Amino acid sequence: MKALKILVLVLFAAVLIYASSGLPNRGDADNLMHADRSVINTTVKGSYFIKNAYRDAATPNMVTVVLGDYRSIDTFGEQVVIYTAGLITLLVLRRTRRLKKEIKS
Amino acid sequence: MLEFFTGHYAYWFTIILLCIGVYGIMFKKNLIKKTIGLAILQISVVMYFVAVASKWDATVPVLDPNIPVEQAANYLNPLTHTLMLTAIVVGVATLGVAFTLLIAIYNRYETLDEQELIDKMK
Amino acid sequence: MRRQYDSPIVLLGARLLSPYIMLFGWYVIIHGHYSPGGGFQGGALLAASVLLIRVAGGKRVSRLQIAEFATTPLAVVGVVIYFATGLVAMAMGGYFLDYEMLPFPGDMEASMLRYYGILIIEVGIGLAVMAILIMIYDNMVRGEDYA
Repeated sequence: MKALKILVLVLFAAVLIYASSGLPNRGDADNLMHADRSVINTTVKGSYFIKNAYRDAATPNMVTVVLGDYRSIDTFGEQVVIYTAGLITLLVLRRTRRLKKEIKS
Repeated sequence: MLEFFTGHYAYWFTIILLCIGVYGIMFKKNLIKKTIGLAILQISVVMYFVAVASKWDATVPVLDPNIPVEQAANYLNPLTHTLMLTAIVVGVATLGVAFTLLIAIYNRYETLDEQELIDKMK
Repeated sequence: MRRQYDSPIVLLGARLLSPYIMLFGWYVIIHGHYSPGGGFQGGALLAASVLLIRVAGGKRVSRLQIAEFATTPLAVVGVVIYFATGLVAMAMGGYFLDYEMLPFPGDMEASMLRYYGILIIEVGIGLAVMAILIMIYDNMVRGEDYA
């Protein structure tokens, strides 16, 4: 039983390493991700954000501009996620005294 | 051959970290150790995305007045860094909920071992 | 985690460190425009400074700083700041979270309006993240002994 688990884990690692050999070299200048125009001649988002962040929002930090201005609805959804996590801890773990009195009586 | 190694070794390190996380989930019997394995797995995905966004001879995505912004090859790609900020916060929320459920299980069944839990729930 | 920690050195160290961590957290939130930082990072630092006193001092000492019932309204205020900015922008005629229609006095160009819109949002995010991290810790400590 344990040998089967070890075999599955080693096979999983081998398949992942074989699949990662098809990825482009890290940091190459002619990656498709860092180009200016894509293969079918539309804009690529990374280069567009670098060129136009300071002109649109007068802020030097490009990551804050992307997170607060271009992708602000994703940040709003994330606030809802962390607020829901806080509410879950409140609802699962806070018991009122009425429940203990009902059990005792 | 050397170019293949220097271009791909970062991916291999993140895959090793992911396999350590999967080892923790599969092979350990205590529920808290399984949760720690889940956290390691989430962090390895964040590291992979940050490693993909790098360029040679480029600087941090904060505007410097001396480095012109017209050539996009001077700055790192800011898109993946932003997505990973969201991913880290979602990971923290998931860990909070997981530990809350573990406290509720311990209050009810008095144990956190996997085999004893299955026996007690029958 | 309810009683005070037994050694006085731990309490002295926590009392010395905690104000500086809180000041650095505010700095990281407000300077999110000019250096790496922003809402989430500053919120986590602020929560760390309050949790240090809670772990080292126990419940009687740290209740004076932020009470346990006050973290839930603070979290709601943080989310409402974000949502109200979007609704105000929608009421003035733009789409949701369109910063160019915010009613600021004076005549500012479009890029400075976006600058102030991002600043308001970062403060709201920092407040919400701080309150929720403290709330998760408080509920876990309280729910520990309903066995």
